[in-house]
Amino acid sequence: MNTGFLQEQKTLEGDLNSENSHQNSVDFLMNWFRKRSIFVLAYGTGCGAIEMPPTFTSRYDAERLGIRGAATPRQADVIIVSGYCSYKTLRRIIRTYEQMSNPKYVLALGSCTVNGGMYWDSYNTIKKLEDYLPVDMYVNGCMPRPESILEGFIEIQKEIGEGKASSWQKYEENYKFYRKNQEAVLGEKVEPSYEADWYLYDGGL
Amino acid sequence: MILLDSLLMFIIAYGTGFLYYGLYRNITARFQRRYGPPVWQSFFDSIKFFTKEDSTSHGWMFYLGPIIMMSGAIMTLIFIPFFSSGESFVGFSKYGNLFVVLYLLVLGPLGNALGVGAAGNPFGAMGITRGLSRLFAMELPFYIAVIAIMSLSGSSDIATISSTQTTLNAIAYPLLFIAAMFSFIGMMGQAPFDVVGAPVEVYSGPATEFSGKFLALLMSQSAIFTFAKLVLMVHLFLGGADGFVELLSKTFLLFLFVIAFGSMYGRFKTPQSIDFLLKVPTVIAVVGLILATWSS
Repeated sequence: MNTGFLQEQKTLEGDLNSENSHQNSVDFLMNWFRKRSIFVLAYGTGCGAIEMPPTFTSRYDAERLGIRGAATPRQADVIIVSGYCSYKTLRRIIRTYEQMSNPKYVLALGSCTVNGGMYWDSYNTIKKLEDYLPVDMYVNGCMPRPESILEGFIEIQKEIGEGKASSWQKYEENYKFYRKNQEAVLGEKVEPSYEADWYLYDGGL
Repeated sequence: MILLDSLLMFIIAYGTGFLYYGLYRNITARFQRRYGPPVWQSFFDSIKFFTKEDSTSHGWMFYLGPIIMMSGAIMTLIFIPFFSSGESFVGFSKYGNLFVVLYLLVLGPLGNALGVGAAGNPFGAMGITRGLSRLFAMELPFYIAVIAIMSLSGSSDIATISSTQTTLNAIAYPLLFIAAMFSFIGMMGQAPFDVVGAPVEVYSGPATEFSGKFLALLMSQSAIFTFAKLVLMVHLFLGGADGFVELLSKTFLLFLFVIAFGSMYGRFKTPQSIDFLLKVPTVIAVVGLILATWSS
């Protein structure tokens, strides 16, 4: 019976369960539940966002691995930075990331998040995402197909299960470093303004 | 003894509620030609949220909201006996009758409204407005049907109502059953009346601002509350149950019907769903009430 799709499912789940951990039992259990349930913030920054709908709907069905979308940053575990991100988007990403509750993870898609990709000489996009936010996992390609995204998710899940995915702690410990880099491109006021007449202020439209 | 009984009821409802929600996700996935998550996925989700940190604070009412909802769900559960007869799994049901349960059914939405109102999230407020206005429309046909059943059985005790049915109330009074089912589908948050937490439209609706342990509490209360409502429906219309096999199969069949119905239909707009509930099921319930009193 183990042919085709069921074989694939078995392989993916086997990948998840194969870690050899050195944690105590409470940590192991907590990480096991965190690994089996991943809420992904439905937020697309660049062209890579187009690969996310097929990943989460019937064709590739990420929900079979416990991965599903979350509508708000308060409930999300993973934020996907899907491709190039302009300064204006970066403000929103930082704000969204800081609204998420710990533990939280960042998945970066595409070449643009690694080194700028085809936007390497653009005047209004950032080149290395790692300077501004801690990244747990890169999925490269331009753009990565849903299979690669699932692969990236499984790698993140493995790291969570082993207790190694700790980028959120890295962000807290090195906050000054990240903040300095953020301020270097966005100015003193990093968060977008949400005033009543927001369109008059910078960070607005 | 009564506390131990209630604790057992709580544990069973907790497990069964999450199992049903997992099955719901799995079955919906099969309807959509997907493989779907594992059966215990909803349980995994809730435990995961219990292990997350909370970073939000919106005053004490925000924290009390989920707790009021949870206590509403647990109280509803322990006032409904699991079986039509017998001394076990009755909880506090001999101290309160159907009226108490009908009151307690609205405690959850009330707590939700208070908590979400304190958070001030616009999407939450939108969800709450939709939820409360739908609640008014939903209650009318449901109450007419339930009160008719109560007067026809001559008792407001849930166990008596369920054990005195010679033919099932659903078959003896089909119009009342249909009217109550429309409201019940709304109470279970299923399409076409799923305007409250409408995904895509208002994000997560009332739950938008809740994170971590509070969201986990909300998920647990919804699992428990779902099971309590299913047991209530089984008692009122489907002849109750005498053992766990009968109880679980009847509640699961009812649940399956509700989610199958929900998967088939799209979503009404808020005014449409209120209009529909106030017109169609209410008229059906009134006609059913007249016919039932006529024939008896």
